[in-house]
Amino acid sequence: MATQHSRSAARLMMAPAVMLLLGWMLVPLIMTLYFSFKKYLPMRGGDLGWVGFENYARFVTSSAFWPSVYTTLVIVGGVLLITVVLGVFLAVLLNQPMWGQGVVRILVIAPFFVMPTVSALVWKNMFMDPNYGLLAYLWEFFGAEPVEWLSKASMTSIITIVSWQWLPFATLILLTAIQSLDSEQLEAAEMDGASAPKRFAYITLPHLGRAITVVILIQTIFLLSIFAEIFVTTGGAFGTNTLSYLIFQRVLESQNVGLGSAGGVYAIILANIVAIFLMRIVGKNLDA
Amino acid sequence: MGRITLDKVTKSFGDVNVIPPLDLTINDGEFVVFVGPSGCGKSTLLRLIAGLEDVSSGQIRIDGDDATNLPPAKRKLAMVFQSYALYPHMSVRKNIAFPMKMAGVPEDEQKRRIEGAAKALNLTDYLDRRPGQLSGGQRQRVAIGRAIVREPSAFLFDEPLSNLDAALRVNMRLEISELHNQLKTTMIYVTHDQVEAMTMADKIVVLRAGHIEQVGSPLELYREPRNKFVAGFIGSPKMNFIEGPVAAQQGAHTIGIRPEHITASATDGMWSGVVGVAEHLGSDTFLHIHETGLAETMTVRVNGEFNLRHGDKVFLTPEMDKLHKFDAKGLRI
Amino acid sequence: MARAVTTQRKIINTAAAWAVGLAIFFPILWTILTSFKTEAQAIADPPLFLGFDWTLENYSVVMERSDYAKYLWNSIIIAGGSTLLGIIIAVPAAWSMAFVPSKRTKDILMWMLSTKMLPAVGVLYPIYLLFIKLGILDSKIGLVIVLMLINLPIIVWMLYTYFKEIPGEILEAARMDGATLKEEVIYILTPMAIPGIASTILLNVILAWNEAFWTLNLTAAKAAPLTAFIASYSSPEGLFYAKLSAASTMAIAPILILGWFSQKQLVSGLTFGAVK
Repeated sequence: MATQHSRSAARLMMAPAVMLLLGWMLVPLIMTLYFSFKKYLPMRGGDLGWVGFENYARFVTSSAFWPSVYTTLVIVGGVLLITVVLGVFLAVLLNQPMWGQGVVRILVIAPFFVMPTVSALVWKNMFMDPNYGLLAYLWEFFGAEPVEWLSKASMTSIITIVSWQWLPFATLILLTAIQSLDSEQLEAAEMDGASAPKRFAYITLPHLGRAITVVILIQTIFLLSIFAEIFVTTGGAFGTNTLSYLIFQRVLESQNVGLGSAGGVYAIILANIVAIFLMRIVGKNLDA
Repeated sequence: MGRITLDKVTKSFGDVNVIPPLDLTINDGEFVVFVGPSGCGKSTLLRLIAGLEDVSSGQIRIDGDDATNLPPAKRKLAMVFQSYALYPHMSVRKNIAFPMKMAGVPEDEQKRRIEGAAKALNLTDYLDRRPGQLSGGQRQRVAIGRAIVREPSAFLFDEPLSNLDAALRVNMRLEISELHNQLKTTMIYVTHDQVEAMTMADKIVVLRAGHIEQVGSPLELYREPRNKFVAGFIGSPKMNFIEGPVAAQQGAHTIGIRPEHITASATDGMWSGVVGVAEHLGSDTFLHIHETGLAETMTVRVNGEFNLRHGDKVFLTPEMDKLHKFDAKGLRI
Repeated sequence: MARAVTTQRKIINTAAAWAVGLAIFFPILWTILTSFKTEAQAIADPPLFLGFDWTLENYSVVMERSDYAKYLWNSIIIAGGSTLLGIIIAVPAAWSMAFVPSKRTKDILMWMLSTKMLPAVGVLYPIYLLFIKLGILDSKIGLVIVLMLINLPIIVWMLYTYFKEIPGEILEAARMDGATLKEEVIYILTPMAIPGIASTILLNVILAWNEAFWTLNLTAAKAAPLTAFIASYSSPEGLFYAKLSAASTMAIAPILILGWFSQKQLVSGLTFGAVK
């Protein structure tokens, strides 16, 4: 299929996409790197000269740093746990013979299509508000004191909101993976004498292993940079400052660009590590 | 029209040389079959002629003109693909019309040719259907129809019958041969099936690892194979090869004798053995014979009425004038 | 499984699945319902499920008072524009990668995907600065460019996958039939790729519509799309649940409908084909 004539045409056609993405990647990256080595406070004097690795050091030694790492781990870990476990459960459930499977699927998938700002605010106000929220009503109904979700159980709240948004994604992917499981394999296992739970543990679950890994990796990448949900609910307060939100604050709120940029570089390195694992799996699939 | 010459053509994919320098002449009106085992380069060769791949070096001439750098569209060749490659979103009529549309043939001429092709290929009732609604054989014919209306200098067929079931294959073989008799256009046909090669070709080109092992008419290749490879490739079941003292006796490193040139007897003969598997086809029976001391298995064709079975002792006598002799390098003596 | 499933089992499955499905969908349902209540009814204790006076006043208030149309228009332009631009740039790239692959093709594709892993926060300030310098902060065009860039990898990837599914032999047949590259694309490739292109457009419009980092940070009054508009409800005055619900329902309705049609693409697009 490839002749000389088509090869040079091909290179030309790839050029715009490649150049744009290259520019998109390099230009801001280089600028961020640049800023990270400077003391740059746009509101208080602007460019104040080179400071070497000072910003990097300050960022990790600031009192907000380790708590933000902790927060990030808790939130990301929590969402991953909930979405994967519930996702597997839902995938198995939806794979069973039933009536109206198509409709149930839509119901389960819907949250993913809701704007993060909408879902965050709906949860914050109509569910979690300690005075008027549905959860408050529910708590009172059972005679308990309503929880002040966003101030007292802030991380749980954020985890709940984000899990609700991402559960459909995990479910869809795991459902697709389950459906791709050759029923003949399960039948063979049955012939070999395996009971239903055993079949799940030895055949279904390992088959899902790859899908679960993909879900975890992709979600991690996106969850590391959750923004809107925090922005419109707690604004980072009550210990919900994730690493990336912290960086955001440094850059746009307190306008310490140098510091924020250093943080940004940390975030990029972190994301790249996760991405390397993901790319390996994707790469294997590209050959298939 | 339809004379194609390959002059020292080579093809490499990256560092892998698939076709070492190759010379070949195809005359106008010939039905030439490229045959050989998988990976021998026959499809690659066809694609080089078609212009779907560039040659790494060498020249391809079509009717005397250098076509090496011409794109496929300009070579006036038509190709029938293994998977038929019909345009799924177009009706049969539009599929067949497409090449003419590309060439700017006037509408009424298009109509005439489509109707002609449809009639010749029994497609008149299907003209308005889509490929998805047709059977394998019908799709095959649409592909051929699409090629015919181009009125090309030569037709190129890339294993066109591999996707059909056995019975259909036999029918289509006849149809394609009929077509050749009618149109008298050069046809280059690629297959791995030596039966197709033998029954359809005017000239067979046997390929192995990019090399041409032999070019000749089917009977030439059958009667006088130039080397062990061709001898073993043409003819089914395979020729029996015998090495060792029996071959040395005949002054050769290896001798070959075809299953159909050995007589079997329950009582006497030059060689002896024990019957292993007996394949009964009704008209013929093929006996696979062990413990002959000549080769691990000898295959012998006997009349369908012949009554030896597994485990029976059997005697074999070859027709001495049909013996083939090969030297240590596998070349014919 | 090739056996008859007992009806009893089916009933249990159906009940369980519907229960879970409705529970998950509930917040959306609640929002839609609340949008038709008065503010007083929206915070009623005990909460009113269906037994309230349905009213459209929230919708009209939101649409009139908050200039909803402007935000809607911005969302449409930004989501549609970035997707369209992305398609224009991605189609040739995906075409060449699918049909004229080279040794580097796989690497280039993976590299493109990796640019999507870039944490936005890491490049926020430079982009912010650049936009100010170029005068496109708080402009639709600025956002169209950014969203196009962040979705380009997915668009290229999805088109690549769809193009790859077109049998190469059909395009070769077209070439043998005398089609030039242009004719090949117009008469053969595009018609066969239309479903794939449609799916790609669908998914990316959804992703761009919902994008809530760049749209929140790079816009103010002029170019703010619906994401930002809704965000403004985070510090409201007075009773607002019903209005929030109305605004939210209007904001998410188009996407819920589109999303219904694009489930399959969602999986392959977002997992970059790692799960089929």
